[in-house]
Amino acid sequence: MPQPLDLMPTLLQGLWVTVQVYLGAAVFVLVCGVVVGSMRSSRHRWLRWPAKGYILGFRGVPALVLLFWFYYVMPAIGLRLPALAAGILALGLNFGAYAAELVRGAIAAVPSGQTEAAIALNMTPMQRMIRVIGPQATLRALPPMGSLNIELMKNTALVFFIGLHDLTFQGRILQNDTQRTVQIFTLALAMYFVLALCIMAASRGLERVMGRGMQGGAR
Amino acid sequence: MQLQWDWSIAMEVLPHLIRGLWVTLLATAGGMTLALALGLMVTMARRARFRLVSWPVGAAIEFVRCTPLLIQLFFVYYLIPDFGWNTPLVTGILVLGIHYSAYTSEVYRAGIDNVPRGQWEAARALNLNRQQTWTRVIIPQAVPPIVPAMGNYLVAMFKDTPLLYAITVQEMLTRATNFSSRVFSTVEAYTLAGVLFLILSLLAAGLIHRAERQLVVRET
Repeated sequence: MPQPLDLMPTLLQGLWVTVQVYLGAAVFVLVCGVVVGSMRSSRHRWLRWPAKGYILGFRGVPALVLLFWFYYVMPAIGLRLPALAAGILALGLNFGAYAAELVRGAIAAVPSGQTEAAIALNMTPMQRMIRVIGPQATLRALPPMGSLNIELMKNTALVFFIGLHDLTFQGRILQNDTQRTVQIFTLALAMYFVLALCIMAASRGLERVMGRGMQGGAR
Repeated sequence: MQLQWDWSIAMEVLPHLIRGLWVTLLATAGGMTLALALGLMVTMARRARFRLVSWPVGAAIEFVRCTPLLIQLFFVYYLIPDFGWNTPLVTGILVLGIHYSAYTSEVYRAGIDNVPRGQWEAARALNLNRQQTWTRVIIPQAVPPIVPAMGNYLVAMFKDTPLLYAITVQEMLTRATNFSSRVFSTVEAYTLAGVLFLILSLLAAGLIHRAERQLVVRET
């Protein structure tokens, strides 16, 4: 194969691992964000405080330190995680805290008249959340969630440090072997950029679909 | 399952971590200074009426924002030749600054866009020239509201400095790693490094919160 293209098979293998880590962590982040974000917005202290503690703790520590902790320290206390699991867990917990804060903000931004109207309609707190507040908060949370997902995708590169053969890792290996720094890293950067564009497009599409029938779209 | 925590190792690693923390803080301070300066330039370039300036700058910064810092670090580290002055730390500061200028430029843009139109019109009505309009009218109103947002990016950058480990900068995580491989115990070094990061970023977040509140007070 001609010069830059011969690098593609190796880099694409790495890209696949990157996508796996990203998707795994994204699901984790979404669940974490919705559950903890709702807890954080609860009226009950015993739900709100643990959520607050989680957000403060996992947002304050760098993702990389968290990753090292899960991968290198956990075995010392008897819990050995495979690299992929450690990567997904560390990124998921770290970005989950950001997502939770974002969900909290989205819930808080729903006008209080909506809650009052739901109470007036004799809805239970659960119905209120699922039928009235939730759908409106979801629309508000979508755009920042899209940006957060791009940040998450970028940070999947950190799994390089625990030896997962992701795109960054493959790039470094190739660079070590061939010294074709510019070609390799330009291709790798371009691949990450395409991934980011895909996430952006997916996020916009979701906003459009979910904002259907709303006045002024997702606002 | 039990925690193998050894206080004597913990006490031994702490001075190493503190020394690494200085490098971490130095990298953050340098990176943020660069990001603040570059970000403003990017914002101005993107506002340029001349498309040949605004469009490429916009595209480049979008590309920087959408790609991992780690690869950017590797790219620059292995690409630029050794000039003598470019130690790994300088390279790290350079890349951090460029990466975060993508974010700070957005913040500046938002700050400038939030200055009401009437202010521009009033400046023109008072016959102020371009430079006076910017330095006396627009910037003084655009900057204070964006201080908390900039603070958030400062904390974000602080939490991204462990990535400099990849290019052998002797920051906190690098020292933690070196130390733990010497004593064959990872628990103390990584846990303490995490705690130090946590304390500092919580402190910074608290300060930002206070600045935010003060802004609200000033506005009302």
